[in-house]
Amino acid sequence: MPKEPVAVVGIGQTKHVAARRDVSIAGLVREAALRALEDAELTWADIDAVVIGKAPDFFEGLMMPELYLADALGAVGKPMLRVHTAGSVGGSTALVAANLVSARVHRTVLTLAFEKQSESNAMWGLSLPVPFQQPLLAGAGGFFAPHVRAYMRRTGAPDTVGSLVAYKDRRNALKNPYAHLHEHDITLEKVQASPMLWDPIRYSETCPSSDGACAMILTDRAGAERSPRPPAWVHGGAMRSEPTLFAGKDFVSPQAGKDCAADVYRQAGITDPRREIDAVEMYVPFSWYEPMWLENLGFAEEGEGWKLTEAGVTELDGDLPVNPSGGVLSTNPIGASGMIRFAEAALQVRGRAGEHQVDGARRALGHAYGGGAQFFSMWLVGDRPPAV
Amino acid sequence: MTPDREVAIVAFAQTDHLRRTDELSEVEMVMPVLHEVLRQTGCKTSDIGFTCSGSSDYLAGRAFSFTMALDGVGAWPPISESHVEMDGAWALYEAWVKLLTGEADTALVYAYGKSSPGSVRDVLSRQLDPYYLAPLWPDSVALAALQARALIDAGHTDEPELAAVAARSRQDASANPHAQLPGARPQGDYVVAPLRTGDCPPVGDGAAAVILATGDRARELCARPAWIRGMDHRIEAHALGVRDLTDSPSTRLAAERAGAFDRPVDTAELHAPFSSQEVVLRRALDLDERVRVNPSGGALAANPVMAAGLVRLGEAAARIHRGASDRALAHATSGPCLQQNLVAVLEGDSRA
Repeated sequence: MPKEPVAVVGIGQTKHVAARRDVSIAGLVREAALRALEDAELTWADIDAVVIGKAPDFFEGLMMPELYLADALGAVGKPMLRVHTAGSVGGSTALVAANLVSARVHRTVLTLAFEKQSESNAMWGLSLPVPFQQPLLAGAGGFFAPHVRAYMRRTGAPDTVGSLVAYKDRRNALKNPYAHLHEHDITLEKVQASPMLWDPIRYSETCPSSDGACAMILTDRAGAERSPRPPAWVHGGAMRSEPTLFAGKDFVSPQAGKDCAADVYRQAGITDPRREIDAVEMYVPFSWYEPMWLENLGFAEEGEGWKLTEAGVTELDGDLPVNPSGGVLSTNPIGASGMIRFAEAALQVRGRAGEHQVDGARRALGHAYGGGAQFFSMWLVGDRPPAV
Repeated sequence: MTPDREVAIVAFAQTDHLRRTDELSEVEMVMPVLHEVLRQTGCKTSDIGFTCSGSSDYLAGRAFSFTMALDGVGAWPPISESHVEMDGAWALYEAWVKLLTGEADTALVYAYGKSSPGSVRDVLSRQLDPYYLAPLWPDSVALAALQARALIDAGHTDEPELAAVAARSRQDASANPHAQLPGARPQGDYVVAPLRTGDCPPVGDGAAAVILATGDRARELCARPAWIRGMDHRIEAHALGVRDLTDSPSTRLAAERAGAFDRPVDTAELHAPFSSQEVVLRRALDLDERVRVNPSGGALAANPVMAAGLVRLGEAAARIHRGASDRALAHATSGPCLQQNLVAVLEGDSRA
């Protein structure tokens, strides 16, 4: 029996900000969930199950928050699953929810991811000492900077490429009412003049710490037929993982990322991603990851990703817009960031991305990664149901 | 729900559950059980279609603790893999759903928990509402005692009956080489009245792993697969004040949805860390004396947090594998006072 097709019929986000002191964690997630229900014109009673994700519990200091959040998310009496796959979790959570529909275990599922970073301090959350193990020390930037440097050395990319990405994403964010950073006076010169944090990564090429949540309503074919607005259809989805540290690991272009993209393209019947995909929401927490992932995801030959960025191909009006929403560089509630990528891809193919809509987007990729560039989750969504 | 695709548990392994394992990292604790289920089936890591694990950072005391365990799995070439920050029973559920989609025909599920580095009573209090309840540090035994008191006040049990549950569990655990507390134990003093030492689970470290497979693949890998006929889980409200602690409607609903009431089961592996919780679960599941409850000794004999629920599924499956059961119910719980519950119904092929 073939899998049930999965449709995204509701999407909700909070306005992402540095600190939502006006709401509890429960209030934050409920806001996103209610917006998704409103978009789908459904009520809590229409939801069969809830799948929730976020990054480490130490980020808020709350162990297994699904227990406390069951009431706020209308889950009482329903199944509720909690996914945690590091930074890729927002994407993985959506995929676990999609599997519930495609396996016909449930018909309509609410999936949600969040992070309320202001409740604690993510830097310390990541820095708890572990004996006999190499600590990351300077947070995520310290871990990833050497890999960016390796990319630059390997490809000969000029050192201006990172600032181009940051300048683009921060300008795109101005068109997205939910984005955290709205830097109205941003200029390329300001990005390039910002302090160096982890050479070669500058302050303005780094993601912020955000409070925020993102929710989606996934449903089956019958549910999609009742949808008041155009759904996005899932054409392919996959997760891949590889070890954190080992001698054969390519930190610049991890094999797990390549394999994950290849699996998604196979499911979706994509043979030439550069031409067949209209918009990409990729997980770029540090600006240089745009050219790196362009290669890893098969949009550019190895060593050529930075040329697409430099040529403006990834601009909102370029022929392969990357992060029209402003991306992780403009909004980073860590556990939600992956789901925001998936949701923004769905908004694009539903034609509901507002000012940051890519004209005529029919197929869009949502991408997330986490850990030491070891966990990947991706989905490809389209404006038409997948061919059976 | 009752699936239209056949999925079975085909192998199960668990560690010896111990009070402390200071000399072992989590990875070192998990590796032997992974090797054991692979050995039982003859599978290599590369034969596995999907991998899913369950654990909690709060036990390890550090963020991303599961990433190191993954290194031990040998995720190279890269694997299709996921993780739930829950008991491994829910990792098994995620893997079961994955197999039902048809995207994989085998899955490796593992879970582990080391309670020994901290005070698990205090650690579990961090699961509670972070604004109103957690700041008061109510611990897991105190909350279970509230539930036990409500049960006694409602006339559903009494202290001698609880003591009998405790004694039977440890007695049954004598036949379980992995149990932490096998054999007769004194019921002891009150920890938090009305619960005595004997009514409470041991604190310990442990890990478990299972392999799932579909249809004919399951028959190749196991002489008598434990078919998952149905599986469901449900959550209840968090605040104890809005729940009837003497009942477990989520368990009953999950059991109904899993098909547990369609025909009688002969065995039930219940994840009841406290003797009083077995009373609640028996009532919710309508189990009578004809059902063999927790022949492994249950969580009163070994309670590796985050693995204990997966162990219930594994123990029930293992009884089917060796022909000691034909239709078994397995249950896992999460959260304070049985807030969240999972029920699976496992069956062996009928024996001619």
